[in-house]
Amino acid sequence: MWEAAAWAIFFLPLASFVLIGLLIRPFLNHRSELAGYLTIAAIGGAFALSLWALKATTGHSNEIGYASHEWLTVGNLDIRVGILMNSLTAIMLVVVTGVSLAVQVYSQAYMKGDAGYARYYAYMSLFTASMLGLVLASSILQMFVFWELVGLSSYLLIGFWYHRPSAARAAIKAFLVTRLGDLGFLIAILYLFFHQGVFSNAGLNSLDIRDIYVVAGAGLLGTTALTWLAIGFFAGAIGKSAQFPLHVWLPDAMEGPTPVSALIHAATMVAAGVFLVARMFPVFEASESAMNLVAITGGITAVFAATMAMTSNDIKRVVAYSTISQLGYMMLALGIGAYTAAVFHLFNHAFFKALLFLGAGSVNHVAGTFDMRFMGGLRKVQPWTYGMFVVAALSLAGIFPLAGFWSKDEILAEAFHNGDFVSRLVFLLAMAAVFMTAFYIFRALFMTFHGEFRGGVESKAEAAALPDSELVLTSDEEEKIAEGGHAHMAESPLVMVLPMGVLAVLSVVSGFVANAPFKLLTIPKHWISEFLVAPLGHPETPEFIGWVAILSIGLALAGVGLAWAIYAAGKIAPERLTYRPLYQLTMRKYYMDDLYERFIVGQVFYRYSAGLLDWFDRVFVDGVSDNIGWFGRNIGRGIATMQNGQVQAYGGVFTVGAVIILLVYLIK
Amino acid sequence: MLTAVVFLPLAGAITIIALLGDNPRGVKWFAAGIGIAEFVLSIIVFAQYDHAAGGFQLADRYVDWVPLMDIQYHLAIDGLSAPFILLTGILGLAAIYSSWSVATRHKEYFAWLLVLQTAVMGVFAAQDFILFFIFWELELIPMFFLISIWGSGRKEYSAMKFLLFTFTGSAFMLVGLLTVFFSVNTFDMTQLVGMDLNDLLLPSQLVFAFFFIGFAIKLPIWPFHTWLPDAHTDAPTAVSVMLAGVLLKMGGYGLLRINVSMFPDVAMDAAVPMAILAVISILYGAMVTFRQSDLKRLVANSSVSHMGFVLLGISSIGATAGNLSPVGLTGAAMQMFSHGVVTGLLFVMVGVIYDKAHTRHIPDLGGLATRMPIAAVAFLVAGLAALGLPGTSGFAAEIMIFLGTFPAHGVITALATIGVLLAAGYVLWMVQRTLFGPQRERWAQLTDVSAVEAVAPMLLMAAILIVGIYPAIVSDVFRAGVNDFFPRLMG
Repeated sequence: MWEAAAWAIFFLPLASFVLIGLLIRPFLNHRSELAGYLTIAAIGGAFALSLWALKATTGHSNEIGYASHEWLTVGNLDIRVGILMNSLTAIMLVVVTGVSLAVQVYSQAYMKGDAGYARYYAYMSLFTASMLGLVLASSILQMFVFWELVGLSSYLLIGFWYHRPSAARAAIKAFLVTRLGDLGFLIAILYLFFHQGVFSNAGLNSLDIRDIYVVAGAGLLGTTALTWLAIGFFAGAIGKSAQFPLHVWLPDAMEGPTPVSALIHAATMVAAGVFLVARMFPVFEASESAMNLVAITGGITAVFAATMAMTSNDIKRVVAYSTISQLGYMMLALGIGAYTAAVFHLFNHAFFKALLFLGAGSVNHVAGTFDMRFMGGLRKVQPWTYGMFVVAALSLAGIFPLAGFWSKDEILAEAFHNGDFVSRLVFLLAMAAVFMTAFYIFRALFMTFHGEFRGGVESKAEAAALPDSELVLTSDEEEKIAEGGHAHMAESPLVMVLPMGVLAVLSVVSGFVANAPFKLLTIPKHWISEFLVAPLGHPETPEFIGWVAILSIGLALAGVGLAWAIYAAGKIAPERLTYRPLYQLTMRKYYMDDLYERFIVGQVFYRYSAGLLDWFDRVFVDGVSDNIGWFGRNIGRGIATMQNGQVQAYGGVFTVGAVIILLVYLIK
Repeated sequence: MLTAVVFLPLAGAITIIALLGDNPRGVKWFAAGIGIAEFVLSIIVFAQYDHAAGGFQLADRYVDWVPLMDIQYHLAIDGLSAPFILLTGILGLAAIYSSWSVATRHKEYFAWLLVLQTAVMGVFAAQDFILFFIFWELELIPMFFLISIWGSGRKEYSAMKFLLFTFTGSAFMLVGLLTVFFSVNTFDMTQLVGMDLNDLLLPSQLVFAFFFIGFAIKLPIWPFHTWLPDAHTDAPTAVSVMLAGVLLKMGGYGLLRINVSMFPDVAMDAAVPMAILAVISILYGAMVTFRQSDLKRLVANSSVSHMGFVLLGISSIGATAGNLSPVGLTGAAMQMFSHGVVTGLLFVMVGVIYDKAHTRHIPDLGGLATRMPIAAVAFLVAGLAALGLPGTSGFAAEIMIFLGTFPAHGVITALATIGVLLAAGYVLWMVQRTLFGPQRERWAQLTDVSAVEAVAPMLLMAAILIVGIYPAIVSDVFRAGVNDFFPRLMG
């Protein structure tokens, strides 16, 4: 019964996908709004069940076990599918279904009138089902299946407007870059199965996540083996969570519709990498080098992505870089062993980051562009959007007492408290990122909402038309212009504002309510710290170091102040603070796109490696066979003089074969 | 029962030539009727095979067929061949439905297509070496005519190339099987599996190599692969479907049926070279695929890469005793089944696009998804299965191959996983350049698939997804087939 309810969380959105794909899209496309209602109903149901799951797991210290079912068995391979329901699962379920529900409601207005409306909801249902499948999976291979399927949904949604070449290109890039990381994940799974003997001896299954905990905890596998396993998993996580150096796909993924960015590329799918590391935490914990790798990668990513967010002029890209940076935060937290803090930050981040994206989508309805240089002054036009964007920005910046503050502070405090070299290093990186985060998000806020309106997409088109302009219109903007420009200066409709409001409330309270330092009505003190315990671990007592909290808030306020001075008050000209080469470097994304796409893929791979092999194949391998073929034809012609009819070569071969046999027989 | 399955298409072919009038509609629908009947029969045979019991079942046997040489008429199926009977039934039907636009000499065309199906069914059902060889060779005749008459481009060259390559392989195979016969005096394949074939007239390694070359050309394995892109590119759609879908499988089937199960010791010694050839095929095939600008040639080259996975799975028998498992072999068989439906669908869709746009040159295409949404979905599903996406048959097969082979050849298997990444690259790039991008003026008049054209894609998509979601339907049968001879590998 309970198991059926848990499965229903996954099957409801899946059923919605199937129904839209087989029924609504082909036969009822003129009533495509049905697709929206169906999706919202299905995800609403899944959300209700997820809340139930959260409540059901709260009572249990560890997990509710469900039987797994046979999927594929051959010899010693036993692939099973089942549900692993523990605190991490339950928290993720609530985040995924909750944010998804808000985004689906919002999308009704955002996607209104789009020819692909039903298709959009089909993909969104598929994504939500896959993401829930990933979260619920009890076997690592089952998780990998859904891991790939969220990648597919992401591909389909980034390339949703497939007639735009830039969107199609971004979709492929996302799929391939993440799949590169997935090879590591795959090899880790193969490596696990390679050790099936160790598992079998203990009566365990090498693909079952709980059995992996047992083996890692009992030290049945050596540290070296666990290190390799952890590195493999982490490679998958780097791709999915867009960590350095595989972060390049996420900014381009902004080609998809904005609600997609909010759900997939902010709150849920990109957090799957963090989730994977958390899921496999006992494996990581067993290897100090793997943990250090995670911490340092996370720390570097947090700062590195923030530098690009500081200079980008596209509001969605600012938020995208911010996502990369914040995921880096979660990774570094995991790397220093702060499991609870990392997942807690994932939880809070989902709300305020989704809200920032939905806010960006809302202002796009007025400005027709995501280019902040042509926005400005929108706070008067969209007071509600403005207010909620401020809330989300403060939460992201980590200002007390908003949600972001609580989890960010816990990460910082634990990093400082640990005291070892790596922890200190990432502590410094994280502190630097605090300042940069506050600066870039308020820079975006002031450029978008303060000052005077700078004309939106029409002004951009005019500016781009000037002779020596470096501006290039995006496909999105070109389509807006082709539709006759617009600028309908109004607040977004209630269907959009309302879900944003819900997320805004959560962005304020989720941190404090979930981990309050005292009992809050029915919620116990330090609820999430007691609840979210690492597998095989102990509850982490939340650290609170006064000066760390004050310093981080101080740094954040300094960032806000600097952004205000430059972009709102105009007291400092931005040029005075920019060091040109460095600015250029961040604008060109550190030339990493050029390195990967032009040099490695375009030249090294396509032009030289594949090109050389293709030439070799045509000229050499095929050439040799053509010559042999010519030789053979002449033999055939020779034999044909002895025989007639179509079976000439046939007989020839038969003769040759028989002669060889005869010779062999004689020699023997 | 099996006799009916094997010879029904032949009977249909004879009826078309001898009895039917020249009305194209009548011929097509008659052929479709035979195809449907054969499809239903293949499902019945597959369902009747009891994989829990294993072994050879449903035998049709006439012992004194050619008493002089002890040649029997012996049809039977085991777990290894039952799914291939089903696969041939599926693809035979798909091939007939994707031939609707054939305009010239349609009577002969459909007759040859049906003869081809009989030959392939016979290869998978025959359990007598000579009968096996007869069916194996019989398949060449319809192929030669189908490519050289109804093909396009350099069709005569390609048909001849196909013929010569396969003949070369057949010659080696014939030497091998005659050596076996003269050594142990039987053509009965069901008995040969249990025999000790280490002491033959020729060294058993050499006999193994003869069979291997014969099957490696058919599969094909690098460097014997160059006939494949030419044959595919110039063949009519339905022939490409049959060629990629089932004819290549005869090579892999032969490797499992003869090389591995009759010569287990030699096969285990040859595991490392096989793994190396496999990974070369996988990576080389994939890299060359990137450079193709003709849709059909692209899909054909990708087959080289995908068939490399079959050999990789077979090479899993090189594992040490403690790690030896039937997973890789079962995966290899699964990969053949999967590639059959997946590449079959890819060729069907390429055929649909070619019929409408009259070009396969990728740079000329683009933006087709807007005009052809159903065709686009089918093409995308096939592409995703080709890149091994979970939920499709491609993933089930490849993951089994990887899991099974990694314990035997860790580094080689890890290299082979790059093939999956490359597959994602060339498949998605192909899809992007064909279906996506702005709609072109030139293709504004294209129509989506008609009801008749939709039959084959729907059938194949269903097969891809069913096997992908619950692979045990097929893999349990293959497992039974592998288990029949697997104990011999364990020594």
